[in-house]
Amino acid sequence: MAECHPVGFQWVVEAKKRGATVIHVDPRFTRTSALADLHVPLRAGSDIAFLGALVNHVLTREADFREYVVAYTNAAAILSDEFVDTEDLAGVFSGYDPDTGSYSATSWQYEGASEASAAGSRDQWDEAGVGHEAGRAEAAGSGGAAGAASARPERDETLTHPRCVYQVLKRHFARYTPELVERVCGIDPRTFARIAEAVVANSGRDRTTAFVYSVGWTQHTVGAQYIRTASILQLLLGNIGRPGGGIMALRGHASIQGSTDIPTLFNLLPGYIPMPHAHQHEDLDAFVAADAGRTGYWGHMRAYLVSLLKSWWGDAAREDNDWCFGHLPRLTGDHGTYSTVMGQVDGSVKGYFLVGENPAVGSAHGKLQRLGLANLDWLVVRDFSLIESATFWQNAPEIETGELSTETIGTEVFFLPAASHVEKDGTFTNTQRLLQWHHKAIEPPGDARSDLWFFYHLGRAIRRKLAGSTDPRDRPVLDLVWDYPTEGRYDDPSAEAVLAEINGFGPDGPLSSYTQLRDDGSTRCGCWIYCGCRADGVNQTARRKPGHEQSWVAPEWGWAWPANRRILYNRASADPDGNPWSERKRYVWWDADERRWTGADVPDFEPTKDPAYRPPPDATAEDALAGVDPFIMQTDGKGWLFVPTGLADGPLPTHYEPAESVLRNPLYPTRQSNPVRQRYPRPDNPIHQFGGDVYPYVFTTYRLTEHHTAGGMSRTLPYLAELQPEMFCEVSPALAAERGLTHGGWATVVTPRTAIEARVLVTARIRPLRLGDTTVHQIGLPYHWGSNGIATGDAANDLLGIELDPNVYIQEAKAATCDIRPGRRPRGPELLALVRAYRRRAGIGEDG
Amino acid sequence: MTFLGWPVLRQLAGADRLGRGAAARSRRTDGLTARTETADAVVRSVCPYCAVGCGQRVYVKDGAVTQIEGDPDSPVSRGRLCPKGSASKQLVTNPDRVTTVRYRRPYGTEWEELDLDTAMDMIADRVLATRRETWQDTDSDGRVLNRTLGFAHLGGATLDNEENYLAKKLYTALGAIQVENQARI
Ligand code: SF4
Repeated sequence: MAECHPVGFQWVVEAKKRGATVIHVDPRFTRTSALADLHVPLRAGSDIAFLGALVNHVLTREADFREYVVAYTNAAAILSDEFVDTEDLAGVFSGYDPDTGSYSATSWQYEGASEASAAGSRDQWDEAGVGHEAGRAEAAGSGGAAGAASARPERDETLTHPRCVYQVLKRHFARYTPELVERVCGIDPRTFARIAEAVVANSGRDRTTAFVYSVGWTQHTVGAQYIRTASILQLLLGNIGRPGGGIMALRGHASIQGSTDIPTLFNLLPGYIPMPHAHQHEDLDAFVAADAGRTGYWGHMRAYLVSLLKSWWGDAAREDNDWCFGHLPRLTGDHGTYSTVMGQVDGSVKGYFLVGENPAVGSAHGKLQRLGLANLDWLVVRDFSLIESATFWQNAPEIETGELSTETIGTEVFFLPAASHVEKDGTFTNTQRLLQWHHKAIEPPGDARSDLWFFYHLGRAIRRKLAGSTDPRDRPVLDLVWDYPTEGRYDDPSAEAVLAEINGFGPDGPLSSYTQLRDDGSTRCGCWIYCGCRADGVNQTARRKPGHEQSWVAPEWGWAWPANRRILYNRASADPDGNPWSERKRYVWWDADERRWTGADVPDFEPTKDPAYRPPPDATAEDALAGVDPFIMQTDGKGWLFVPTGLADGPLPTHYEPAESVLRNPLYPTRQSNPVRQRYPRPDNPIHQFGGDVYPYVFTTYRLTEHHTAGGMSRTLPYLAELQPEMFCEVSPALAAERGLTHGGWATVVTPRTAIEARVLVTARIRPLRLGDTTVHQIGLPYHWGSNGIATGDAANDLLGIELDPNVYIQEAKAATCDIRPGRRPRGPELLALVRAYRRRAGIGEDG
Repeated sequence: MTFLGWPVLRQLAGADRLGRGAAARSRRTDGLTARTETADAVVRSVCPYCAVGCGQRVYVKDGAVTQIEGDPDSPVSRGRLCPKGSASKQLVTNPDRVTTVRYRRPYGTEWEELDLDTAMDMIADRVLATRRETWQDTDSDGRVLNRTLGFAHLGGATLDNEENYLAKKLYTALGAIQVENQARI
């Protein structure tokens, strides 16, 4: 965190000054470790074993926050007797289909869940097959799974029923012992005990513990389940929805949160509404019925969706044409960025827009990225400088090896210069769900324009060219509401006007809350979770009341979705009766005199719902949730220790080895890796799963304070290039001795995909790990470099293969295997020969 | 500079014996003014790098950015910026920044100049042609698809929400579904 989110880390340092214990779990010793009370190196790719053992520590001691767990989680829910755990099926859950490599979730239901609420009836689960699941778990991005699950399962509040979630958890994690942690993670039992005791002692009524993670948790074939394991632990300890608690995702880019909320993602519409899948006779009602939970706030999905369709297609969206629901294109599986790139290589994808992104350096398996670019008809790149993805036809590494040549690359390339953040108005949504408006200070130079300008004027040009068309496929383009007011020297569309559309309008003007949205066409809203960001017609995101003039929650700086709430699920900061759990942790509570919720933050709850409220049996949406149900996006209002619906790879996290590993899975020797991970077995994506001594070391990639991801915004700046001028690899003194590497010299790192060179940094920051009787060496590789800019070097991501998490289609970039040898890498065709020789020795055939 | 202007003399003769204050000042120092004081305007902004969202104050003079500082009012950052945020002025003023359209024709070996309006028109033509060639009304089972897999988008995640919103809206209306961004990566 100190490395990649340095200014955010000041708050950790503040907490430490006030007595907090800071524990840093990371393969490398970094600037974060330097300021932590305890640095715990572990083997990259082993975190579920580590976190699972913390869960087991809590469960075996019954050290959970019992009142919170019984009232606010699904610990008491009783599961169907059809559910069978991985512990009883040698590493797979019930519902596994080995032919498709996917799960059916029907056996993961609560007991007595009706057919209609079973996961099997949902849109995305209609057909078996991983592809059809299509990143479904991301619909939970706004909080809660949108899919149906029984609102009122049978419960055993004594938590003793053998099929209640609590007991199922206990059995599932029973083998996650400190000894297993030592064998899998390389953390000794004494250190583990110290961590476990610190976490438990710092949780409860009076204290809370927070977890912070970044892509070190997400970039795995089991990434979503890493976060799930932390969620289970935090729910058991009562650390969700309370100040000082939570699980914080530190996101790497200014508005990466915003770009999932208003997604440029294939499987989502704004506000985490799923994109529809292809079906024979599907209309809006069938879509909503299949996908929305009837209870909890997702019970209003129809209103959110109709309001979105109205803001896109305006008056053309009417009740008699299903609000233009038919205008939406349909998915048929995985259309993520990696399958798109394979489509480029295979020739089906012909055009590509790269807007502020540099996949030739930043995405896994750089060669495949560049071969894809070289096989396009046309490519549009919008950036500040000529990044590697724009110049691949001149200087891709494949030109040096002879795999490509400039004269035979047919790609037509348009490079359009982009405006910087000070040359345009607009909002970022930062990592804490905070929308902050940045004001335009100057006009952009030359041909540089904002992306807002680009998309608006491209849309206008396209609509002009299609004007008068009677082809039904052009209707969605011609019906589009596309008439934003423009301003400034270059006819920039007004970002305020676009934000106003996102916020939404009703019959009486700008909306102030998503609770005002209706499904009868009377409201428009471009992203329901952002409704209220222009409450009262005022740009709430531009609020800048100085922090020192506000409460510590600082509600008048920017605007946080939803409804300016700063801590989600904060109803859980009070006990079931609505009183603060303790004075020290007082945050939001029920004021019995005023009969409303109040506190330091906007309550994440209906403001006047009495804690004593119990829903009548036929209630829907939020009315179906009781006054003690804080997780209002969930169908049952509870935090899910066990996930009956919504995940592709199981209702509970299980330790699997990374797709490439130096270790056989000690937990399930016959299930090495996540059985439903998204794989692309093809000759140009060779993977070396396990075994032999050809690729004996683990490597992990990471970022440095002084650079920004693929370097397009940092390797070109003199200040930053000077601070971190060159690609390097971090190795321990022991590994340096084993492989004859010298500090300051060169090393070549080899994987089945390619080999790259880097300067050697021999450092005690990386320690060899003892896993029982084996020693594991790890290598650290920053991934910022490429051939262009001021500071240049080989790209670490070129080393990676493509295997993905099956829920969110993120690649496993944080744990893979390699060899390392002294000296620079060979040039030209000899590089290919070296990599091929390794593959042959490892028994990886040319067919992958 | 004459011998008498030597700062060491001031340091020895004056009150500033440690030479950290008045003794170290030269006439040139006294003549300097901070760029932040002479700015025509101070514009409130947000750092474009990581997702912490540190507040920035952008100092502008004669239509150019002269300095970017941390915003002490921000409850997120309290005026601090890390090396990236502190360097962000160079994102704007860096002389290596490319500010004109570049065009590489198929099989071309050099960049060429191209007018922005022409480029926009050509891109619109490419989109429509590819869309036409690759359009899918239904799949082999007759299920409605209404889409093209012929072109795709990969965006960075330092785009504004408003920009992503227009992108998603336009692509979806065109039937393009392979619309992705850094969040996937
Ligand atoms: S100044 Fe540094 S910590 Fe702050 S937002 Fe920018 S990159 Fe992140």
